[in-house]
This record gives sequence, structure tokens and C-alpha cells, in this order.
Amino acid sequence: MASIALDSVRKKFGGRDAVRDVSLDIPDGELMVLVGPSGSGKSTVLRLIAGLEQPTSGRVSIGGRDVTGLPPQRRDLAMVFQSYALYPHLSVRDNLSFGLRVRSVAAAEIEPRIVHAAQLLGIEGVLDRKPSQLSGGQRQRVALGRAIVREPQAFLLDEPLSNLDPALRLETRTQLARLHRRLKATMVYVTHDQEEAMTLGTAIAVMKDGAVEQTGRPMAVFDRPANTFVAQFLGSPAMNLLRGTAAPALESLAPPDRRADVLFGIRPHDIAISSPEEAEADARGLVETVESLGSVRIVHIAAGDKERVIVRVVVPRDARVAPDETVGLRFRRDRVHIFDARTGCRLN
Amino acid sequence: MMPWSRRLATVGSVAIVAAGLIPVYWTLVASLSPEASLFTAPSLIPTALVFDHYRALFAGLAFWRPIRNSLVVAGTTTVFAVAAGSLCAYAIARLRFRGRNLVLAAVLAVSMFPQIAVVSPLFLMLRQVHLIDTYPGLVLPYMTFAMPISIWLLVGFFRQLPPEIEEAALVDGASRLQAFRKIVLPLAVPGVTATAILTFLYCWNEFLFALTFTLGPERQTVPVAIALFRGQYQVPWGQVLAGSVVATIPVVLILLVAQRRIVQGLTSGAVKG
Repeated sequence: MASIALDSVRKKFGGRDAVRDVSLDIPDGELMVLVGPSGSGKSTVLRLIAGLEQPTSGRVSIGGRDVTGLPPQRRDLAMVFQSYALYPHLSVRDNLSFGLRVRSVAAAEIEPRIVHAAQLLGIEGVLDRKPSQLSGGQRQRVALGRAIVREPQAFLLDEPLSNLDPALRLETRTQLARLHRRLKATMVYVTHDQEEAMTLGTAIAVMKDGAVEQTGRPMAVFDRPANTFVAQFLGSPAMNLLRGTAAPALESLAPPDRRADVLFGIRPHDIAISSPEEAEADARGLVETVESLGSVRIVHIAAGDKERVIVRVVVPRDARVAPDETVGLRFRRDRVHIFDARTGCRLN
Repeated sequence: MMPWSRRLATVGSVAIVAAGLIPVYWTLVASLSPEASLFTAPSLIPTALVFDHYRALFAGLAFWRPIRNSLVVAGTTTVFAVAAGSLCAYAIARLRFRGRNLVLAAVLAVSMFPQIAVVSPLFLMLRQVHLIDTYPGLVLPYMTFAMPISIWLLVGFFRQLPPEIEEAALVDGASRLQAFRKIVLPLAVPGVTATAILTFLYCWNEFLFALTFTLGPERQTVPVAIALFRGQYQVPWGQVLAGSVVATIPVVLILLVAQRRIVQGLTSGAVKG
């Protein structure tokens, strides 16, 4: 296993920057999740690490060794593709052993490795089948198995769960986390799903428009987002961003000289609903819709006097709120984030 | 009752198929009819079946020789054209290099040349290197049209394969050539087979080069042999038709055997679907 480092990596496709000036340090054993909306360049970063793309400038190193010019077959990485990319004409067994055979691993060593990986993933029973005879979940595990048998320097996973149905996705996510702990492997995991990133990653890098916006432990990034993009991208429902005019009570939290051009960020979970008459209410608003998710409810409240803004609040299922009701809002002061309204950067 | 338009379509299809098959049928019937009846009472229904023409074809005219020549020339050309063509096509389909589209356009342009325009220069070149009336003297010029066909067709087939499968092979540790040989080619078998068949058929039917670059029956191919049956005073139509039937048989056989291969999609199950 090895660490991975990207040093000022840029990649242009045609005239467009797909990745611009990305530097990342992924220590040995880390499960780094690259997360961002589609088109943010996260898959390109993964392909740059794999060697399937060559950077326009910058360096990629694996285990401290500069591999920028090396083709994929000489980087000793394993990759799980979103489409799984199994070899359709080969049996599962041959799919698993392909990487070992082309690397001239002794036949006597191949079989135990296949059996081990197959047991780890519960695919011992389908070793002699062809990929077309497998279910989606089985194919996904074969793709994973093909990476595991290789015992590579690091694993690269490109949205490996996106083709599974929701129940299987959750189950496989848990298995992946367990697998990572067990193999103590360096993994780079690409996803657009912020929930997957939060639950799976030991570190995350939030990407947008080909650049890394913030890196860190998932909870650290969640608690202190560096800018409004990260703040709204992580967490569901997304963080509320309010101007001071919509929540005058918060204005005292902003730096005195900046009060006019700041945005207050507050997560839907950090707002409580009270009766409108309550003196401590930070703001008042009219309930527009109430969405029930089962265990909790999401309430959309129109607040603000001059400009109307929608504030999302998460309340317990038994909270008494109904549409067209006027309610008071109380913000948790210690959980208020303050951003520069023009640049979006964090101020507090 | 079938709707009006459907009935019209059915009648139309039958008419088109009949128009294509009747000459073939008539060739078959005529090749089995006695020479005399061909001119006195031509009929679509055979009156008497005789194998005289076939006997004459193989005994008197030694028709085995042109068949052997055709098989050697068309077979060799196909093997070389598909082997070299698949490497070219793969490079054009997958590798990024400067002038890639130019190469493909050039390949297409070459295949557009009328044969008659190149036949004289080719003859002079072949005479210079003493290849007139030899197998290489036919295989080499055949490559000029066989390569463009194979490259053009194979580029299409290779482009249809999902690139991630090869990328998976590369990351797994295979070299480009290993990925091509062990992953791409097996998956492209239907496409390669179809290409090989089409190339073979072009070569099998080729007439002008074969006529020009051979000097006698020793190296003549089937179409040339059939065309040269005509004697000084009369055309042995029965034998010409029997020769045509014999020339068609390998083509039909190949298509029957390989048809399933061509249709079968080997990529099922590779990617989610």
C-alpha cells in the first residue's frame, strides 16, 4: 500500500480546463472521497491517478515515486469502473485472474488469491459463470474482487455504487467501509453523492469546476465549510443561506465592519420552530409546505420582510406545524456560519 | 385481414426477393439442362436434369484450378488485410494521435479509386518486380482495396466496444497489445468475422485485376476462367452457368456458417445493461 500525491495537476481537454491546479495528499491507508457535482472533474482526477489520462502539467506520485509519465500498466493500481467493465468473454474466475496472469504471477499463487477474494465478497458460487449471467450486485462484487486479488498499491473506485438499487447500495456501502478497514488499503473513491462521501470517507475532497474547494475529515468539513458551495453541497437538506435583512437577530454575529455583505449559513437541523409570539424568536415566517420523510419532517418557511427567502427547517415527526401558519424561528448561535456574500468564503 | 399498407409491403418484398432470386434459380436450372434445350425451349421448370455441364467443367476444363487459385488469392488477401487492418483500425479507433481523421479520410479516398485508373500503373509495377502471373502478384494489388474495406469496417466495430473494458485491462497490467489481443479481439470476433467475409467476397468476385495480372490458366481465378470459356465460334453457355453455380457455392456456405457469428452480440454483460 502506498500514499498518493497530486502536485499542481492540470488537465485540458481541447481548450477547456477539466482539472485546474489540483494538489492532493492522500496518506497511506486513507479512504479519500472525491465528491462534487457532475462535471466537477473528479473522475478526471481519478483517471489521472490511474494513468488513463496524462496531465497537461503537474506531477502525480505514488508511494513517493513520480509516476507522471508512466502508463497505467506500470503504476500497480486497481480500478473499479462505474460500468464495472468486466471482461464479458471471460468467466468470473478468469476475470479475477486476468491481472495476475498478465503480470506473470505463478499459477500456484493465483488460485488461493482468487479463493480468498471470492470468499471475502461472497462470490465463490459464481466463479465459473460469465458476467452476463450475474446480477448487478454480483457484477459489482466481481469488479471489486478483480481489484482485491491484485493486492495493488492503491484502489481507485469510480462511482462503484451508482448502478445498484438503493437497498443494495446502502448494504454495499457498509461492506466497502468494512473492507477498507480490513485491507487497510489506500483508496480513492469518486462519487457525486454527498451522503456516500460523508459516511464512507476517512477524508473528503469537495470539487467544483475542476478545482478542489476543501479537503479534510468529513465531519470537520461539514462543521466548518470553507465556502458557500461546500456548505450547501454537504448535508441534506442543504444549508440555509440568509442575508442579514432576513435575520436581523444574527447581524450581531458578523464582524462589525462587514455586516452589509455577509451571508449567514445555518443548517436545517440547527433551527427550532417556536410560537411567533415568543420573545426569543430570531425571525418569523409563514409555513409554505411540510414534507414528511417518516422519522422527520422538512418544513419550508417563507421569512424576511423586504426580500422573501425560503428557510428549510428539519423538525421531529411529532412537531406541530401546518401550512399557512405563522411561526417563530430560533437559530443555534454556535452553529451559525458566516460567509462573505461576494466571494462566498468563510469569515468566522 | 392485414391492413392495406402491410399487404402492399408484403407484395413489394416478395417481388424484390423474387427479382433477385429468379436469375439465380434460372442459372441453377439451366446449368442442369441439356445444352440443346437451352436454346430451343428455355423453361423455368427443369425438363431433364443432366450433369453434363459440370462433368465437362471439371474434366475438360479442369475447373479445379481456378477454384484453387481463387481460394488461395482471396484467402491470403483476407488474412493479411484483416490482420493488418485490425491493428490499423484499432489505432484509429482508440489512440489519440495527430492526423487521425486524415488517415481515415485517406483510407476512404483510396477505396474510392476506380480500378481501371490504377490497373495500368499496377501492371507496370508488377512487371518490374516480376510478379505478373503469380499469387503475390494478385494478393498485393488486392490489398489495395481489401485494406480500406477492412479498416473502414473494423474502425466502426472497435468504436462500438466500451472503452472502459480496455482501460480495465490496462490498469490490470496489460500492455496495449495484450489488451488488444486478449480483450479487444475476442470481443470484436463478430465484427472481424463480418469484415473477413466481406473482404473475401470482394476478392472472390474481383475480375479486372485477375484478368490483367494473369497470363494463362495456371493462375486464373474463377471469374476470369468463366469469362474465358467462350470459344472462337460459340459460347458454352451450359458450362458458363455451371461455373457460376460452382463459384457461388463457397460464398453461400461461408455466409450460412458465419451468419450466426455476425449477428451474435458478444458484449452482452460487459457493462451494466
